[in-house]
Amino acid sequence: MTDISQTSAPAKQPVIMGRRRIRMSDVVDHAVLILGALLMLVPVYMIFASSSHDAITIHREGLQFGFGEHFAANYNAALFEYGGFTDSVNGVTMLTNSLILGLGFAIGKIIVGMMAAYAIVYFRLRFATFAFWIIFTTLLLPLEVRILPSYEAIQAMNLANTYTGLIVPLIASATATFFFRQFFRSIPEELIEAARIDGAGPVKFFIDILVPLSRTMIAAMFIIMFVFGWNQYLWPTLITTDESLFTLVRGIRQIIQAYADGSTTPEYGEAAALAIIAMTPPVLIVVFFQNWFVKGLTESDK
Amino acid sequence: MAKVNLQDVRKVYPNGHEALVPCSFDIPDGELVVLVGPSGCGKSTLLRMIAGLEEITEGQLTIGDRVVNHVDPADRNIAMVFQNYALYPHMTVAQNMGYGLKNRGLPKPEIDQKVRDAADMLDLTEYLNRRPNQLSGGQRQRVAMGRAIVRSPDLFLFDEPLSNLDAKLRNQMRIEIRALQRRFNTTSVYVTHDQVEAMTMADRIIVLNKGQIEQIGTPSQIYGSPASTFVASFMGAPPMNLLSGSVGDGVQIDGGIAVSGPSPQGHTGPVTIGIRPEDVEPSEAGVLPFEVSIIEELGAQRLLHGEIGGQSFSVAVPKDQNAETGTMKLALKPGAVHFFHNENGRRI
Repeated sequence: MTDISQTSAPAKQPVIMGRRRIRMSDVVDHAVLILGALLMLVPVYMIFASSSHDAITIHREGLQFGFGEHFAANYNAALFEYGGFTDSVNGVTMLTNSLILGLGFAIGKIIVGMMAAYAIVYFRLRFATFAFWIIFTTLLLPLEVRILPSYEAIQAMNLANTYTGLIVPLIASATATFFFRQFFRSIPEELIEAARIDGAGPVKFFIDILVPLSRTMIAAMFIIMFVFGWNQYLWPTLITTDESLFTLVRGIRQIIQAYADGSTTPEYGEAAALAIIAMTPPVLIVVFFQNWFVKGLTESDK
Repeated sequence: MAKVNLQDVRKVYPNGHEALVPCSFDIPDGELVVLVGPSGCGKSTLLRMIAGLEEITEGQLTIGDRVVNHVDPADRNIAMVFQNYALYPHMTVAQNMGYGLKNRGLPKPEIDQKVRDAADMLDLTEYLNRRPNQLSGGQRQRVAMGRAIVRSPDLFLFDEPLSNLDAKLRNQMRIEIRALQRRFNTTSVYVTHDQVEAMTMADRIIVLNKGQIEQIGTPSQIYGSPASTFVASFMGAPPMNLLSGSVGDGVQIDGGIAVSGPSPQGHTGPVTIGIRPEDVEPSEAGVLPFEVSIIEELGAQRLLHGEIGGQSFSVAVPKDQNAETGTMKLALKPGAVHFFHNENGRRI
């Protein structure tokens, strides 16, 4: 029997210098990714390029790849030229309306969702589980499904053509409640008990402990909900007939339609410009908040 | 500072499970009592009932002169240290320690002063502005201690506070906690499943098993005269050897091996014989034939595992004594033999 002792480390393999071999699978992987990216980005680019042409060019030659000379004029018109039947709405008004809808929806939903989740997770309610499942089933009933009764209800409450009527029915759905419930349940029990011994009542616990702990989650929710609210089309179309309440997303179509009804060429350039404007805020929000977003969905720093 | 009294305190969970049969005991002022037992024995439930985190099904709990059965945890003037520290991750160390005081409405300068004093005592001063996730495990546990100290509570409650720490740190924190407790002379209840922690820290130990108190006593009482086979085998590492035998004309281990020494009074027939591994020593003149099959090296001592008359048995010998597998004779030290009832396991 020989003694076992530490063996000396094997001589280091000489590092092979030179170019890394490119593997076939890498090429395929990248090709797929690049193709996917192109598929997403080329239409955006075409819209962007087209927004610098006048309507006649686009009408005659279709969407453009190169840049034209009407960039400033188109964006100026899209933002500041009053349009619609009543000439009471321009791009800035619609941008404001969209922002109000997006922010109101996101913030409202986060507040309602958090409070509902708080009640369900932390209080011994008689029908807490039942209530949760009731709330949960609304996931199966998005606004589009219940659009007629919702419309009736809002109409009956005289809330058509108001921001309230625009925002509140959209808030009524379970996504935020569901996410916050899952998040709250992952917070260790001891933390709650420590807070109880430290004399934090329900409200203090919510504000001092739960809200700060949820901030990444809140940020993630905010992004998702803002984009979701911003992109709403059907409900705003239905509930707002007053043009001063139009949002950007439906405004794009309105411009084309309004002009198309006449004998003139639809203002394709302006519509493209408006589309780019409509795209910008959600993109900016995602770009600036993406760190938070990823953290909120993956991190468990508790 | 306060004494604690439990009178027939019982816990039944809504699903009907009786986590704690009615139990009564007193904790005198300034004493550190350790609740020890295997997992699921009800020790944590008991602690949480004292804290007010768990409702008391029946019985009466008194802290100081106050019956606190229905008093909110925050108003019991207690402080609790949790196993996973339960620090607020979004607050600095100072905020963590001062949060309870802030909720009590103390003025800010006073809170600052108390937090600084506690931090000083715990060597945390330079970390006051850090977040918990920037601290090591031991430091976090200190912060949790600090959070308990600043409140100057009547009662400290510890819920397995050291089980998340590595062995070396655990030994160190054990001494620190004990020193702090002595210094403040605050009545404390300490829950652990680690019998070494229980033995080293406690003024008194309460051994729990299946929701029942097996024995209450000082560490030396618990170790020296365990009240049941459960206590005998739970406290001590390696545990006490339990052999089945009988008492008739003298004491015999099954297989006809006679054991010298006194026999239990007023009991004949089958019996459980308990012998601690360190209460026997290898000796040519010994009476017990011991078949060694495995030798464990522990550094300071060796553990010999084997059989006596077909029943497993362990012996601890000092490190300077040679040991080999095979047969040897064992001699009993005086007072080495404990007797337990063979059915209910109680001490005879």
